[in-house]
Amino acid sequence: MEDKPSEVVLFGSWYSPYTSRVALALKLKGIPFKYVEENLSNKSELLLKYNPTHKKVPVLLHNGMPICESLIILEYIDEVWNHAPKLLPEDPYQRARVRFWANYTDQKIMPASYPILLLKGEEKQKAIEDMEEMQRVLEEGIKQDFPEQFSFFNGNTMGLLDIVMGVNSYNYKAFHEVTNSEIIGPKNPKIFMWVNAMKEHPLMKDTLPPHDKVVAMLKSMIAPTPDV
Amino acid sequence: MADLKLHGFWYSPYTMRVVWTLKLKGISYENIEEDRYNKSPQLLEYNPVHKKTPVLVHGGKPICESMVIVEYIDELWPQNPLLPHDPYQRAQAKFWIAYAEQMVPVKTAMIFSTNAEEKEKAVEKTWEHFKILEDHCLADKREFFGGEKINIVDIAIGSLFAFLVTIEDLKQVKILVAEKFPRLHLWFDNFKNVPIIKENFPDREKMLATMKYILQRRLASS
Repeated sequence: MEDKPSEVVLFGSWYSPYTSRVALALKLKGIPFKYVEENLSNKSELLLKYNPTHKKVPVLLHNGMPICESLIILEYIDEVWNHAPKLLPEDPYQRARVRFWANYTDQKIMPASYPILLLKGEEKQKAIEDMEEMQRVLEEGIKQDFPEQFSFFNGNTMGLLDIVMGVNSYNYKAFHEVTNSEIIGPKNPKIFMWVNAMKEHPLMKDTLPPHDKVVAMLKSMIAPTPDV
Repeated sequence: MADLKLHGFWYSPYTMRVVWTLKLKGISYENIEEDRYNKSPQLLEYNPVHKKTPVLVHGGKPICESMVIVEYIDELWPQNPLLPHDPYQRAQAKFWIAYAEQMVPVKTAMIFSTNAEEKEKAVEKTWEHFKILEDHCLADKREFFGGEKINIVDIAIGSLFAFLVTIEDLKQVKILVAEKFPRLHLWFDNFKNVPIIKENFPDREKMLATMKYILQRRLASS
C-alpha cells in the first residue's frame, strides 16, 4: 500500500537511541507520523530502498523522500516544521555549541559504551575510565556553554541537545546495573541533575523503552554466542 | 571588519575547508598557523576538548569542528551561500559530507600501511566509497556536487581529495583512477580550476614534504 506523500513515516528500532531521538522530536513538534518497527536482522525492502548507502535506522520519509542520519533528520524537522518549539537556538554561536556537543556525544560517548559492555577485566576498567573522563569533559563544557540554571539546554523547552544527550542517558541505571559501573552520578552534578529531571519528562517516558526491557537487551548483547 | 582569527594547519583538509569558505565569501580574517608539535596556549584554551585545529575565533568566541565552522560562517555571511536553501537538499548535502568522512580512517590506514597487501585493501575500500559517490551524486553528470556552482559538499569532499593527492604521492599508488571513476575524476579537475580554489590550493610538493616529515616523526616516536 503506497503511503500518501504528505505522510511522515519513521523507520526505526525500539532499542535504537537514534530512532528515539527522531520520535521525540516529532512528538515534541506535534507532527503526526506513522512508525514502522524494523527487524534489524531482517531489514525490510523499503528500508534498504530508502537507505541503500548505510542500510540503517532511523530513516524519516517525508513526501515520499527519505532523510537519513538522526542528527541530520533532527535539523531537517526543525527547518521544515519551523514552528515552536524550536530545536535549535536562533543565535548562530549557540547553534554552533549545540552542534559541537551533539557531535561529541555521537563521535565519542556513544561508541565508548560498547567496550564497557563487551570487554572484561583491565580492559573494561580502562574503558570505564575513558568514559568517566568524557563525562567530566561534558560536565565542564556544559557548565561553560550553558551557564544559566534552567530545565533544558535549550531554555524552557527540550531542544536538540536535550534530545541527543537525554536519550543516551535516560536508561543510565540499566547500563550501570548490567555493567556494574557508575558513569552518571553526583560527581558530575550538573549533568546528574539534568538527567534525573529529563527522566521525569512525560515525552521521554512515553517514547523511551522501560528499564527492564533495556536491561534484558543489554544482557543479550553481552551473552556469549555459541561456538559455530 | 569582523574580528576573525583562524587557527589551523595549512596542510590539513579541515583547515582548508574553512579557508576556502572564507575566501569564497570574501571575508577577511587573521590566519594563525599552528605548530602541531607546539600548539599555542590560545588554541588549547579555545579547544580544550579536542585540542585540535581548525578553530575559528569570532569576537573572542571560539567555534570548533570544521563543518560546524563552515555552517556558522554560512549563517552569518549569507553571500555566496554554500548550503542549499531547500531543507531536503540541505539534508542531502549534510548526508554526503558525513559519508565522505567515512573515507578518512581508510586513508589513515593507507598512510600507515606497512605492506602491499594492507595498501591494496585500503585502496579497494576507498574505491567502494568512490563508486557510491560516482553513482549516487554525480549520476546526472553535474559539474559539481552543488550543481552549476560549488557548494559545501564540493568543499568538504574537495578538501579530502586534496589530501588524497598527497597520499597517492606518498604511497606511490593511483587511487582516483580516471578510467574507473570518470565523473569523480572530472569533478576534481573542475573543482581545482574554480578560481578561488585554484588560488588557495595547497602546493603539491610542499604537501608531500610535510607529510613525509610528520610521518617520520610519528614513526620515530612510536
